[in-house]
Amino acid sequence: MSHDDWPLWEVFVRSRRGLSHTHAGSLHAPDAELALRNARDLYTRRAEGVSIWVVPSAAVAASSPDEKDAFFDPAADKPYRHPTFYDIPEGVRHL
Amino acid sequence: MTADHGPGASAATGPANGPANGTASRANDPGIGARSGVARPTGEPRLTGAPATAALALGDDALVLSHRLAEWAGHAPVLEEEVALANIALDLLGQARLLLSLAGDEDELAYLREERAFRNVQLVEQPNGDFAVTIARQLYFSVHQELLYTRLAAGGGPFAAVAAKAVKEVAYHRDHAEQWTLRLGDGTEESHRRMSAAVNGLWRFTGELFQPLEGLGLDPAAPAAMEAEWLERIASVLGRATLSVPDGPRHGAWAAGAGRQGLHTEPFGRMLAEMQHLHRSHPGASW
Repeated sequence: MSHDDWPLWEVFVRSRRGLSHTHAGSLHAPDAELALRNARDLYTRRAEGVSIWVVPSAAVAASSPDEKDAFFDPAADKPYRHPTFYDIPEGVRHL
Repeated sequence: MTADHGPGASAATGPANGPANGTASRANDPGIGARSGVARPTGEPRLTGAPATAALALGDDALVLSHRLAEWAGHAPVLEEEVALANIALDLLGQARLLLSLAGDEDELAYLREERAFRNVQLVEQPNGDFAVTIARQLYFSVHQELLYTRLAAGGGPFAAVAAKAVKEVAYHRDHAEQWTLRLGDGTEESHRRMSAAVNGLWRFTGELFQPLEGLGLDPAAPAAMEAEWLERIASVLGRATLSVPDGPRHGAWAAGAGRQGLHTEPFGRMLAEMQHLHRSHPGASW
């Protein structure tokens, strides 16, 4: 099996103090088990993580750069969607 | 680290074309660890007698295998695997430093001993060969090392602390070797053929792993028990990998195994020459 046949995997690592897994990078591996081990060696060797997910890159559905304007521009001029126009009522804490 | 590798000493061990001020600069030198930012193993008192010889044996195993694995840097079949092998090599180097420091000065022991003074088993000095040979060597050695270090860590002897730290590393090394043995053995026709040749070729070096080593502080029955467990575990992995357990000799006249007495196979001399060349050519050189 040549390296070219190996699928690409996306690696997500949850750091010691983080609550969610964060995208760390990608790597090649012949199967999921070895992808996890490669991820351990490549992305957690300086004690960066306590948990790893690997996902086949082919399974990731991504938005297309061509659709960027239609997807994201309409939100750019609607600042009222940010909750910054409201006075915080008295007595509400932790907001 | 002693500062006595002056021109006189170096003339005997190698060409003395190092920097003229090398010896002088070592006088105030706090050591390699201080220069490179890597902690030097300290604190543990030096061992003497049989425990020191045992520290040397285990330290040399780790050092020599570490160097062999490091030879893959720049040559591994894929980048991801290169990092994996380098990680394992660095784990082993860390173990070697701790163990050799129990027996003496780690740098002197690693770089200034002759071939006959090394006490490693012959298995670890065998050349990398193809990837299957490296994996077979890893499998044989790491299963042995895991069995041994688990016992040492539980035993409370002079090696308990070092073994307790190393045993988690070693469990990962064993897992790595197992994973690859399964995939190569049960892979393509070619990978099966190569893996089969590799486990057969190194088989005669595996008996030496269980020669009793005085000074470890283990029960006298431990080596035999470890060997039985080792055979069982290896047979299980090979079976799952669709490989047959080799049937050649592991002990006696046709098996290998005098590394602990300082007798080594031919490729070891060349490996040592490369490993020691820089230190011997430039005694006292620093970054």
